[in-house]
Amino acid sequence: MAVVTYRDALTQALREELQRDDRVFLMGEEVAQYNGAYKVSKGLLDEFGPMRIVDTPITELGFAGIGVGAAMVGLRPIVEFMTWNFALLAIDQVVNAAAKMLYMSGGQYKMPMVFRGPNGAALQLSAQHSQAWESWLAHIPGLKVLTPGTPADAKGLLKSAIRDDNPVVFLEGEMLYNTKGEVPDGEHIVPIGVAEVKREGSDCSIITHGKMVLVAMKVADELAKEGITLDVVDLRTIRPMDVEAIAASVQKTNRAVVVEEGWELCGVGAQVVDFIQRECFDDLDAPVIRVHQEDVPMPYAKNLERLAKPDAAKTLAAVKKVLYLD
Amino acid sequence: MSTGAKRAPERKSKNEPEKDGAANGENPAANADDTETQAPMRDTTGTDAELRKELLRSMLVQRRFEERCAEAYALGKIGGFCHLYIGQEAISTGVMSMLRPDDYVITAYRDHGQALARGVSPRAIMAELFGKSDGCSGGKGGSMHLFDKATNFLGGHGIVGGHIPIAAGVAFAIKYRRRNQVCVCFFGEAAVNIGAFHETLNMASLWDLPAIFIIENNRYGMGTSISRSTANEDVVVRAKGYRMIGESVDGQDVFAVRECMARATERARKEKRPTLIEMRTYRFMGHSMSDAVNGTYRTKDELEENMKRDPILLLHNLIHEAGELTEGELHKIDDDAKAVAQDAWDFADASPEPAAEELYTDILVDTTS
Ligand SMILES: Cc1ncc(C[n+]2csc(CCOP(=O)(O)OP(=O)(O)O)c2C)c(N)n1
Repeated sequence: MAVVTYRDALTQALREELQRDDRVFLMGEEVAQYNGAYKVSKGLLDEFGPMRIVDTPITELGFAGIGVGAAMVGLRPIVEFMTWNFALLAIDQVVNAAAKMLYMSGGQYKMPMVFRGPNGAALQLSAQHSQAWESWLAHIPGLKVLTPGTPADAKGLLKSAIRDDNPVVFLEGEMLYNTKGEVPDGEHIVPIGVAEVKREGSDCSIITHGKMVLVAMKVADELAKEGITLDVVDLRTIRPMDVEAIAASVQKTNRAVVVEEGWELCGVGAQVVDFIQRECFDDLDAPVIRVHQEDVPMPYAKNLERLAKPDAAKTLAAVKKVLYLD
Repeated sequence: MSTGAKRAPERKSKNEPEKDGAANGENPAANADDTETQAPMRDTTGTDAELRKELLRSMLVQRRFEERCAEAYALGKIGGFCHLYIGQEAISTGVMSMLRPDDYVITAYRDHGQALARGVSPRAIMAELFGKSDGCSGGKGGSMHLFDKATNFLGGHGIVGGHIPIAAGVAFAIKYRRRNQVCVCFFGEAAVNIGAFHETLNMASLWDLPAIFIIENNRYGMGTSISRSTANEDVVVRAKGYRMIGESVDGQDVFAVRECMARATERARKEKRPTLIEMRTYRFMGHSMSDAVNGTYRTKDELEENMKRDPILLLHNLIHEAGELTEGELHKIDDDAKAVAQDAWDFADASPEPAAEELYTDILVDTTS
């Protein structure tokens, strides 16, 4: 197994799928000549040419719609948003067009396409550039929503996304591109809709996804020193959600902390907690606690930004609380 | 038929000071604007009597079908939003008559006429409007979302302007596969103020996409007249900003529509260039079923004046005056159109409601590739 960055894992997935199926093309701002704003598409223009690696004007709504139209007649577009913050300009195409086309056409027009790009906060990019969109997007029937947290999942899930005949929203962690991890050699596919227990433990479950998986692992390392073991469930896919994996973990540990990057109200964690209270009510030894961004737009100042974000310290405190150790 | 019927819908003020016609100096038809609107209908697209009869039949089917839609709506057989196309039929018929079966058509929510003209089954359309399982979208789309893969009818779409980039995407796919089909996209004049319109025109021109964008200028977006919504009412000049050919034609004249489409399809197939076409028309009914026919925003006089140029009457009179069909033959076409509408109604009435299990189908497919 090779150790590669999250970025290179994504590039591998793109390259392999572009080679595998000539209906697949990549479209977005700066994806071709510039090699991608985050260099995820590095080298692809040279290999596949300008008809398949397509630089667009700054026109998110327009090119997202071009992707939808191309998918309607059988191509397999990958639409890259420079970041998901800018995808708001295209949300009509994602929500009103891609997600609905199959249903409102009575099953005649499927949408084999991927909308992808970086999601969530990086460092000091402040309010408009530091947002996690998964709870918004996961709300929509007709979409699949993926949030890989590791290089292996990034590669395996992106390949599944490109092969899927449905519109897939693929949320990459903006802070994850440089992280490294082992990626299996050769064909590596991760199924959509299947969570993974990233760390086995028995004292408390952490249910999380995306970038916060790394935070959860850090907390698990920390608490292991105190003899507390955590079961870290990485959802990997938000829609459809692997509720069996959540139930299995909570039934084992009887306690849970749900960690996400986004805001609290109507967040992904709210859905997870709802599921736990319905399906695992008798298993619980403590109320479930959620960790999330503070209910404020992301501030710029370093100290304030740190206060606003969910992090290892907040997660650790939450775990101690559900273990009644605080 | 009054003599006033030979006049095109009047354009109010033309803000554009230039005298070089509607859009692009390269386009000869654009200059012909003023004279053309005064001229009687004249075919330059080589129709013969048989085809003229077929054009009339196509328009009459739409008209009679939609008259029954209004009736069905009043009876509660059709629900939701229902936007009638009555008055604009020369556009759908003229455009579709110039397309090949493998071309693509995409449109907005005012889609019954276009679907019929494209050849979607009247039965399947009416069943869709009635919310029945035999509807062309399985009863899941309704009036605004007619889809039919067999005729490359890519839908009725409900977000103003939202389908314009989708049309460019279809054209992109045509180019990607090196085919010589075209994608025709219909929308109202109010949609030219939507960002998606501008984003799409730019890319369609930049990338040489074989798309034909048709503005059906019926002069009102719901109750807002073009003069109250649009800084420059000469909407087709917008083509110029995107280095695209723009043309403006009398949309009540099926031959003018065909002639312009002949140029646009040729341009798309041979030169791989998109075209923006304004087709000037008028909606004879309210915006949707909840809007009174003349409403608060237009006068009865204006409506009646425009109804003199009913596109069906214009073609009917032309055929009649040329002595191509007898009064009896003309009646028969109309009776046949009524029979099509009745048959569609009966079929839709008899069609079962979608099964409850259908609620959860067609959300996702379980295939991969
Ligand atoms: C983005 C959006 N805004 C508002 C509406 C509500 N709406 C439906 S039709 C319409 C008027 C559109 O007029 P036009 O594009 O000229 O087409 P016409 O109805 O005349 O065929 C409006 C405002 C909508 N469907 N979508």
